[in-house]
Amino acid sequence: MRNVIWFDTFSADERACLGGKSASLGELMNAGLPVPPGFAVTTHAFRSAREGSGVVEAIRARLDGLDPSDVHDVTTRAAAVRELIMSWPLPEPIGAEIRAAYQQLCEQIQVADVPVAVRSSATSEDSPDASFAGEHDTYLWVRGGDQVISNVRRCWASLFTDRAVSYRVEMGYSHLDVEMCVAVQKMVRPRAAGVAFTLNPGDGDRSTIAIDSAWGFGEGVVSGEVTPDNFLVDKVIGSISRRTVSAKTHAFRLGDDEQVHRVELAPEEQREPSLTDDEIAAIAKLARAAERHYGCPQDIEWALDEDLSDGANVVLLQARPETVWSKKKVVVSTGADAMSSIVSTLVNPLYARKS
Amino acid sequence: MPDRFPSPFEIQTPPGAEGWEQLYTYSSVFSEDRREYEEGGFWFQDGVHWPEVLTPWDATFYEYALASLSQYNTRHYLIPPALGVDFRILNGYAYLSPVGVANPAEVEARVPHFLERAGFYFQNWDRLYDDWLVKIRALVKEMSEIEAEPLPEKEPIDVVTEGRGTGSGLILQESYHKLLDLALRLWQYHFEFLNLGYAAYLDFFGFLKQAFPSIPDLAIAKMVAGVDVDLFRPDEELKKLARLAVESGVDGAFDAGNPDEVRDTLRATPAGQAWLEQWEQAAEPWFNFSNGSGFYHSDRIWIENVDIPFGFIRDYIAKVKEGADLARPIAALHAERDRIVAEYRELFSSDEDREAFDQKLGLARTVFPYVENHNFYVEHWSHSVLWRKMRAFGDVLTKAGFFGEADDIFLLKRNEVPDALWDMYSAWAVGTEPRGGKYWRPEIERRKGIRAALREWSAPPALGVPPEVVTEPFTVMLWGITSDSVAGWLRASEGSDEGELSGFAASPGVVEGPARVIFGADQIGEVEDGEILVAPLTAPSWAPIFGKLLGTVTDVGGMMSHAAIVCREYGLPAVTGTAFGTSRIKTGQRIRLDGNKGTVTPLD
Repeated sequence: MRNVIWFDTFSADERACLGGKSASLGELMNAGLPVPPGFAVTTHAFRSAREGSGVVEAIRARLDGLDPSDVHDVTTRAAAVRELIMSWPLPEPIGAEIRAAYQQLCEQIQVADVPVAVRSSATSEDSPDASFAGEHDTYLWVRGGDQVISNVRRCWASLFTDRAVSYRVEMGYSHLDVEMCVAVQKMVRPRAAGVAFTLNPGDGDRSTIAIDSAWGFGEGVVSGEVTPDNFLVDKVIGSISRRTVSAKTHAFRLGDDEQVHRVELAPEEQREPSLTDDEIAAIAKLARAAERHYGCPQDIEWALDEDLSDGANVVLLQARPETVWSKKKVVVSTGADAMSSIVSTLVNPLYARKS
Repeated sequence: MPDRFPSPFEIQTPPGAEGWEQLYTYSSVFSEDRREYEEGGFWFQDGVHWPEVLTPWDATFYEYALASLSQYNTRHYLIPPALGVDFRILNGYAYLSPVGVANPAEVEARVPHFLERAGFYFQNWDRLYDDWLVKIRALVKEMSEIEAEPLPEKEPIDVVTEGRGTGSGLILQESYHKLLDLALRLWQYHFEFLNLGYAAYLDFFGFLKQAFPSIPDLAIAKMVAGVDVDLFRPDEELKKLARLAVESGVDGAFDAGNPDEVRDTLRATPAGQAWLEQWEQAAEPWFNFSNGSGFYHSDRIWIENVDIPFGFIRDYIAKVKEGADLARPIAALHAERDRIVAEYRELFSSDEDREAFDQKLGLARTVFPYVENHNFYVEHWSHSVLWRKMRAFGDVLTKAGFFGEADDIFLLKRNEVPDALWDMYSAWAVGTEPRGGKYWRPEIERRKGIRAALREWSAPPALGVPPEVVTEPFTVMLWGITSDSVAGWLRASEGSDEGELSGFAASPGVVEGPARVIFGADQIGEVEDGEILVAPLTAPSWAPIFGKLLGTVTDVGGMMSHAAIVCREYGLPAVTGTAFGTSRIKTGQRIRLDGNKGTVTPLD
């Protein structure tokens, strides 16, 4: 088993050691749904580190005979275990492999100390730690190999939060059976971002992909705070049937403090289309791939990552099923025979209406 | 924005063109006798087929075509809401006015007849179309056999010994009448299927627009477009001949610019002779191909102007030697068409609609080969023969001193030709001099003067009162005239719109480059590599220069115009029906052509 696996390169028998989140990121990539690139620090790495650290006995001793009803006791002992994990010696080659993978990510993107998100990734739905998947930690804007390793440890340590520890005692699960995979993924730095529907939200037309786009992070588009540019793209032949470039008065952008700020835009930037035709095509392709992958109309969030190279810079941030139009069954045909249909076409020609 | 176009009765005769009305049949010009009807209607200039001034004889096909189209709507199939398309000539230009059935009860009463009559054609389409192909070939043969020979000094002896009892003068007059009758028959054949074909296509089109309101017109066209279309055959034959020339090592012969020299060089070697044999085989019928719409006697036909196809072959030879693969990617074209159909089909949210889609697509594909192919058989092949025969009559009259040259015959109205033939015949019969040249030569000069004056006039795109909504389906399909384009003309008549031009997004792609504005086929030699062609319209026979072009802009035509079909076939971005392309854009000006949106933007 490998300690570090790139999202899109895992084999079937490695799936279990990847955790749900990392594996699904890899599956999306392989389905033509580019997500920000990254790698998983597998459960195998976690286990090797735990076994190799020589502190297993110490952990067991710290938690032996814990009374889950004694809040103070739980807090003290869990904190002590987390301390052990944060400082346990990392057996080689695990540390070197994590550093190497991070370095490779930096080189691939050509950004030194590229900022990444470090997230815990639960192994499987029915494992004891799954109940706390949502509680495991996420660390954003992490830079540099040392910081990555330190935050991987913090994820590992999050297996021993007060609640996780009490829960396992109550359920009779072993503290040393739990495992943790950690996902290390590039932080997106969007030049433009927004949403896309795989149907026309105005009339439910399923042949259309509707894209809303604005400068910077997609928050303004999602919240409705910025009037976005809007593009309608045909799903099959890919032509752009309508473009509306709006005055995007402000944008959400990353400041030097690595916080997102609302900034006013100069008039010329407001009126500039936030996407090129090639970018529109790439987003439409991404939306179409998401729809195919999930088998129903989708509402996706996407971003155009300025760190990634042209042609590979559109990334999927989130996909969820569209719920308004997809529930309606549309029947256009009247069931009339061919001739009657032709008669009504001639008498009431659709083509003749004003567009 | 004005709410109407000028009345035909407000239009002035250009200076020097006085008396132009006499050059056309009395029924085809606007007149006080029918003023109320004519002034109340909406007339648009048919630049798709007749962008230039008609000569008196060339008006024949115009009248025959419109009467035949109308006859099928009105009297054969009883298209419920549509009668014919009325036609007039104003200052030498062709204007059309679709005539609807105003009374809803009358529309209703026509429906059962339409169902029976059109239904029969739809049900038996393939068989009837096979019959049509036989009929049209028989017609071409009959036209080819028409003889126009000068009258002999004395009748041949067998006229006497066989006791025929008639002479050459009668034969000549009969031949001319026969030519007119066959021409009218040709135009009746032309519309035997066309209107119904468009009706079925419109039904498919309307259904998809309802299911997918934003579906591009182009996508619908691509689903039904054929891959093996006769209209592309002439160009394919040129490519084959170019490849053969290179393979058999006779390509050097084409270095000579003069087609006679090329032929002489080829005749000198066995390989060259073999090439010429292949050429002859391809030429009949495929090079009976006009470099224009086929509606003007002045259009040049490949087989009679060998410099045109030889020039194209020379260009193709150069490409073959550069290693270019000229073959059309047939398999890829089929695969792309299948992909488009499968993906839209998948997008329907109900099985009912998928079933209706399959059925309508099936019918549209049944009718479409006729829609795509008839143009070669009628406007190109048959018209080529008819123009040739007309020149033979012109030759006869020229030899008899009536004309300065054979083409002068096209300055006569079709019903004046029998008078001239009569003049010649009767004088020949009597043994005296015809009035002939003394009458016709100055008259032809006068008419040429009128024609020249009319050519200086710029025909407005429309006349009269536009309908609130353009509802006539054929007007939209064939001529690309919609409520939007009418509104655009009205706006432009104020001179307010100086920037972007809009038209039909007829073939996808976005390009920027220098414009090359040309007004007719005789100018296509001016086109240089990397230019965007701007023309009143293009002809299918211009396809060989498409390799040089970045894109095409036309003044007239809709999604289904021949220009649109050919541009899609050759993957060339195109915007058709811009109305003002050739008048607003200048050669050398940089423009941006967006074949996805249907816009043309001047960049400087």
